[in-house]
Amino acid sequence: MSTQKIIIAGFGGQGVLLIGQLLAYAAMMEGKEVTWMPSYGPEMRGGTANCTVIVSDKKIASPLVTQATAVAAMNGPSLEKFKDLIVPGGDLFVNASIITGGVEKEGAKIHNVDCMGLAAELQNTKVANMVMLGAIYQVTGVVSESSIKAAMEKTFTGGKAKLVDLNMKALYAWKG
Amino acid sequence: METVFEYTRGMLDVKLTYCPGCTHGIAHRLVMETLDEKGLLGDAIGVAPIGCSITSHRYLNVDMCESAHGRAPAIASGIKRVHPNAAVFTYQGDGDLASIGTAEIVHAAHRGEKFCTFFINNAIYGMTGGQMAPTTLIGQKTTTTREGRSEAACGKPIRISEMLATISGAVYVERVSLDSPANVRKAKKAVRKAFEVQEKKLGFAFVEMLSTCPTNWGLSPVASLEWLRSDMMKYYPLGVFRSPEEVM
Amino acid sequence: MKEKVLMKGNEAFGETAIRCGCRFYFGYPITPQNELTEYMSANLMKAGGEFIQAESELAAVNMAYGAACSGGRVLISSSSPGIALMQEGLSFMCSVQVPVVIINVSRGGPGVGSIQPGQADYYQATRGGGNGDYHLIVYAPSSIQEASDIIGKAYDVAEKYRNPVMVLADGMLGQMMEPVLLPEMKEALAEEDIPKVKPWALAGHKDKREHNVIKSLYLQTEQLEETINGYWGKYETAKKELPEYEAYNLDGAEVVMVSYGSTSRIVLEAIDLLAEGGIKAGLIRPITLWPFPYEAFDKIGESTKAVVSVELSKGQMLDDILIGTRGRWPATLVSRTGGVLIYPQEVAERVKEFLEGVR
Repeated sequence: MSTQKIIIAGFGGQGVLLIGQLLAYAAMMEGKEVTWMPSYGPEMRGGTANCTVIVSDKKIASPLVTQATAVAAMNGPSLEKFKDLIVPGGDLFVNASIITGGVEKEGAKIHNVDCMGLAAELQNTKVANMVMLGAIYQVTGVVSESSIKAAMEKTFTGGKAKLVDLNMKALYAWKG
Repeated sequence: METVFEYTRGMLDVKLTYCPGCTHGIAHRLVMETLDEKGLLGDAIGVAPIGCSITSHRYLNVDMCESAHGRAPAIASGIKRVHPNAAVFTYQGDGDLASIGTAEIVHAAHRGEKFCTFFINNAIYGMTGGQMAPTTLIGQKTTTTREGRSEAACGKPIRISEMLATISGAVYVERVSLDSPANVRKAKKAVRKAFEVQEKKLGFAFVEMLSTCPTNWGLSPVASLEWLRSDMMKYYPLGVFRSPEEVM
Repeated sequence: MKEKVLMKGNEAFGETAIRCGCRFYFGYPITPQNELTEYMSANLMKAGGEFIQAESELAAVNMAYGAACSGGRVLISSSSPGIALMQEGLSFMCSVQVPVVIINVSRGGPGVGSIQPGQADYYQATRGGGNGDYHLIVYAPSSIQEASDIIGKAYDVAEKYRNPVMVLADGMLGQMMEPVLLPEMKEALAEEDIPKVKPWALAGHKDKREHNVIKSLYLQTEQLEETINGYWGKYETAKKELPEYEAYNLDGAEVVMVSYGSTSRIVLEAIDLLAEGGIKAGLIRPITLWPFPYEAFDKIGESTKAVVSVELSKGQMLDDILIGTRGRWPATLVSRTGGVLIYPQEVAERVKEFLEGVR
């Protein structure tokens, strides 16, 4: 791996920023260089939200992403906005619970992830974003399982600590 | 020989440069005498406003800073955070406090800041040359209301004490007058009470002092005192608007 | 061994200030710096400090003046239009020589402008913004790590020079997360030690000294002139002691770009793109914006044919570049403004175009 540039986008409230934060945290724990850059503005719940994560072995110059090695689209508008930034041979993760009817993108490897359906099988639709995180992790290998777990343990503390196990399960809900 | 009177150590041995008949001198002395009597001169920090009393630090024997126009209550809020046990006060006129500094005074009261404000209300801008203040009375002539203040053009004068008394953090609000020996004695009691409120950390303490400005009113010192009594007191009634039970 | 933590810029700024002994913060909500105000509200009290959510930026800067003139170590922060409101207090604090650190997480302007990252506060930061003869000392970090390192230094510089120091960040640095190695926790100055360390501060004279007076008004003009001349020397010293910059790839560079803050990182990527097209480009990155590191331009070699300012404004830093280059090279501007970011490809293309014209 030299440099991976990942865009995660969706509705506000879908937990897209958290997906990126956990990736960034895990990468830092592996001693890699990392930047996490969110969209920000007046749209909170229900608006659009996205973040970009760059993970690299060398110092990161621009934290902006104009060419993504992977895009995870949690809803339709995000897919339209970001799919053309994918480099040839890059990965496009599609939240198939919302984006139905199939997606085509020349040159990209498409991974359909039924985030809501798979989360429902775990009896908790709130982990839909962790299902997507799992897909990204399984396909890109940008960080290791143990560092994702460590990142979760650092992130979910206090009353939320009990969520680590459930979230780790969600990581493997999607099976290619 | 027995000493029956001593000039307060709170006032430095410097000649006051205020106009003849101006009541700033009385107000300065009341605040300093009170701090002296309470043994607080060495622990007091004052904030001077913009206005004639910006140079009050020349006369007052306590640590002091100047403030930008109207900001004294914000500055005092900052000082009080660093020195929570100091006797902190602002000394402000009506142009400073009732016009450009309304946000700062209202929110100092709103937060229940534990300092004292002494508000010199003489119904006019003094230092800048006699312009209308928000406290200028209807009909009062100033350099920006040549024919007298009209309600239609400028609204009615604002009563700051009454307004602040509606804010729960302003636990002590009193209006006094500096027009007569009897009223000056009452004013001194109010100053003392204000510092007691602060010492007990009860909340914001505010004393409004009706004052004169003979130069800009165009009246003699004596006629000024009479106008204060006949006109100002009618619109700005003296009295206690709020007072905590803990302080008598 | 100390560990890096992953933090949002705004939060790292606040945590760094606390660790550097800051115990007083006054703020007012404004995007994109809100996380800093929120962080201080949650963490400053725990460290034994004091936090006030002020009624306005005007009040916040004056609270800062009050706390700083009575000896406290103070942080204030805001974003562009809020910084505009603070100019009264900044001019005042310079006039009375009171140290404070101020962080500007800047956005697009003028007016209310946009909430996206901008660099159009360069004039406001380096050319006054308030009234009178004074300077702010201004640092412009380009990463969260550098911002953290600079905030620590900013307190020492502010107190040594008895002058406000501004850390000019932008929305990108405020909002992004990067790993950062924070400084060790320093002990804060205790209230009882203020008179020893800052004998000029208001602390009550305790009947042991004459009263301290902090004053800005001089009705005798000669006295004001004397006061300004009295503190002007420190600005001359600052011009010698403080300028900092980073030079990258200047040797053999055909074109040298000048860029500060987060924009300079975009330029680094543009340098790689230009190299792919056979153009060797370098970068001068001013770290102090005032005093500006004019001497950096003396490091440019004979191979350089042009200098380009890359900034998110209509060319404010360009003025300093023109002063620094003294006509030795043609200079131009490559910029976007209003909160629009510039991407490496656009920088590379426009620089290439300019260079072709010069050739």
